[in-house]
Amino acid sequence: MPKEPVAVVGVGQTKHVAARHDVSLAGLVREAAAAALRDAGLTWADIDAVVIGKAPDFFEGVMMPELYLADALGAVGKPLLRVHTAGSVGGSTALVAANLVAARVHRTVLTLAFEKQSESNAMWGLSLPIPFQQPLLAGAGGFFAPHVRAYMRRTGAPDTVGSLVAYKDRRNALKNPYAHIHDPDITLEKVQSAPMLWDPIRYSETCPSSDGACAMILTDRAGADRSPHPPAWVHGGAMRSEPTLFAGKDFVSPQAGKDCAADVYRQAGIGDPRREIDAVEMYVPFSWYEPMWLENLGFAAEGEGWKLTEAGVTELDGDLPVNPSGGVLSTNPIGASGMIRFAEAALQVRGRAGEHQVDGARRALGHAYGGGSQFFAMWLVGAEPPAR
Amino acid sequence: MRDVAIVAFAQTDHLRRTDDLSEVEMLMPVLHRVLDATGLRTSDIGFTCSGSSDYLAGRAFSFTMALDGVGAHPPISESHVEMDGAWALYEAWVKIQTGEADTALVYAYGKSSPGQVRDVLTRQLDPYYTAPLWPDSVALAALQAQALIDAGDTDEAALAAVAARSRRDASDNPHAQLSGAVPAGERLVGPLRTGDCPPVGDGAAAVILAAGDTARALCARPAWIRGIDHRIEAHGLGVRELTDSPSARLAAERAGAFERPVDTAELHAPFTSQEVVLRKALGLGDGVRINPSGGALAANPVMAAGLIRLGEAAARIHRGESDRALAHATSGPCLQQNLVAVLEGESAHA
Repeated sequence: MPKEPVAVVGVGQTKHVAARHDVSLAGLVREAAAAALRDAGLTWADIDAVVIGKAPDFFEGVMMPELYLADALGAVGKPLLRVHTAGSVGGSTALVAANLVAARVHRTVLTLAFEKQSESNAMWGLSLPIPFQQPLLAGAGGFFAPHVRAYMRRTGAPDTVGSLVAYKDRRNALKNPYAHIHDPDITLEKVQSAPMLWDPIRYSETCPSSDGACAMILTDRAGADRSPHPPAWVHGGAMRSEPTLFAGKDFVSPQAGKDCAADVYRQAGIGDPRREIDAVEMYVPFSWYEPMWLENLGFAAEGEGWKLTEAGVTELDGDLPVNPSGGVLSTNPIGASGMIRFAEAALQVRGRAGEHQVDGARRALGHAYGGGSQFFAMWLVGAEPPAR
Repeated sequence: MRDVAIVAFAQTDHLRRTDDLSEVEMLMPVLHRVLDATGLRTSDIGFTCSGSSDYLAGRAFSFTMALDGVGAHPPISESHVEMDGAWALYEAWVKIQTGEADTALVYAYGKSSPGQVRDVLTRQLDPYYTAPLWPDSVALAALQAQALIDAGDTDEAALAAVAARSRRDASDNPHAQLSGAVPAGERLVGPLRTGDCPPVGDGAAAVILAAGDTARALCARPAWIRGIDHRIEAHGLGVRELTDSPSARLAAERAGAFERPVDTAELHAPFTSQEVVLRKALGLGDGVRINPSGGALAANPVMAAGLIRLGEAAARIHRGESDRALAHATSGPCLQQNLVAVLEGESAHA
């Protein structure tokens, strides 16, 4: 029996900011979930199950917060699953929820991911020392900077490419009312003159720490028929993992990312992603990851990703817009960041992305990664139901 | 629904301390044992899912090191729940239902020895109003036990009998942490005595799931998952009826547990009083063999103890000692969240 087609009929986000002092954790998730229900024209009673994700529990200091959040998520009397796959978790969470519908275990599922980084300190949360294991160096940037340098050396990319990405994403964010960083005075010179944090990554090329949540309502074909707004249809979704460190690991273009994308394209019948995909929401926490992932995801040949960025292909009005929402560089509630990518891809093909809408977007990719570039989750959504 | 079975199960010997072992070292032999039992290699497995908790490990992303132990290269299709491994098994079962995988490796592990697990579990509570008061897991269970006694559902002698039966049964379980006679026991938090409470320990477990003919090829008598469901209740103890478990009952109903009697039940009841609650909610009569493994009162490696209930129930079916078994896992204070699966041997289904 073929899988049940899965439709995204509701998307909700909080306003993402550095510190949401006005809401508790429960209030934060409730805000996003209620917005997603409104978008779907549904009520809490229509939800059969809840799938929630976030990054490490140490980020807020609550162990297994799904227990405490059960009431706020309307989950009492329902199944509630909690996913945790590091930075990719927002994407993985959406995929677990989609599988519940695809397998016909449930008909309508609420999925939500969040992070309230202001409740604690993410750098502390990532820095608890363990004997005989390598520390994460100076935060995530310290881990990723050498791999960016390796990319530059391998491809000969000029050192100006990273700043182009940051400049683009921060301008896109101005069109997204939910984005955290809104800098109306942004200029390329401003990006390029920011202090160097982890060479070659400047302060202006890093993601912020945000409070925020993102929710989606996923449903079956019958649920999609009742949707007040056009749904986004899931055409393919996959997760892939590989170890953090091993002798054969390519940190610039991990095999798990390539395999994950290939699986999604196979499911969706995509032969040439560069031509067949209209918009990409890519997990780019440090600007140089845009050209790196353009290659890893098959949008550019090896060594050529930076040329797409430099040529303006990934601009909002370019041939392959990447992160029209402003991306992780503009908004980073860590656990939610992956789900925001998935949700923004859905908004694009539903034609509901507002000012940052890509004209005529019919197929969009949502991408998330986590850990030491070792966990990958992706989905491809389309405006039309999948052909079966 | 596709027919999916547990075809292999392995667990560690559960110990009070494993200072000489990392989590990966504790887990590796268990992973090898389930793979060896089926002849599968990591690269043959369609989907991998694990359950664990960063708070037990005392560090973020603790599951990433465990993944290294699986041998995830070439890259694998893999996920993780920050829950007991029973819920990882549920996610894997769903994945197999989509048709995207025919086999799954599920594992879970927890080391309670590095910290004070009673304090650690306190961090599960409402962070603004409850957790700052540090009510620990034993104190919360004691509230539930007292409510049961006050309602006339049990008494201290009956609770002691549950403890004695569990320890006696654990004598046949080489992996159990505690077995044999139960000392009269100090009152830990009234009305609970030491024997009413689970041991604190370290341990890991793994199972392999397979669909249809693949399961038949891998196991002489697969333990078919006839139904599986899980439900959660409100968090606040003040809004729950502590002498009942409506979420366990609903999960059991959805899993088909009430359609025909079961002969065995593996209940994840870390406290004697919780067995009383579950027996009533699940309608388990005296004819049902409860926790022949000794249950969580004999070994309670947090995050793996629920998956072990599923594994123990399946192993009984594998050995021909059960035809239809109920397996239960719980999470949260006072049985807040519950999962129920119904497992059957082939002959019972025919």
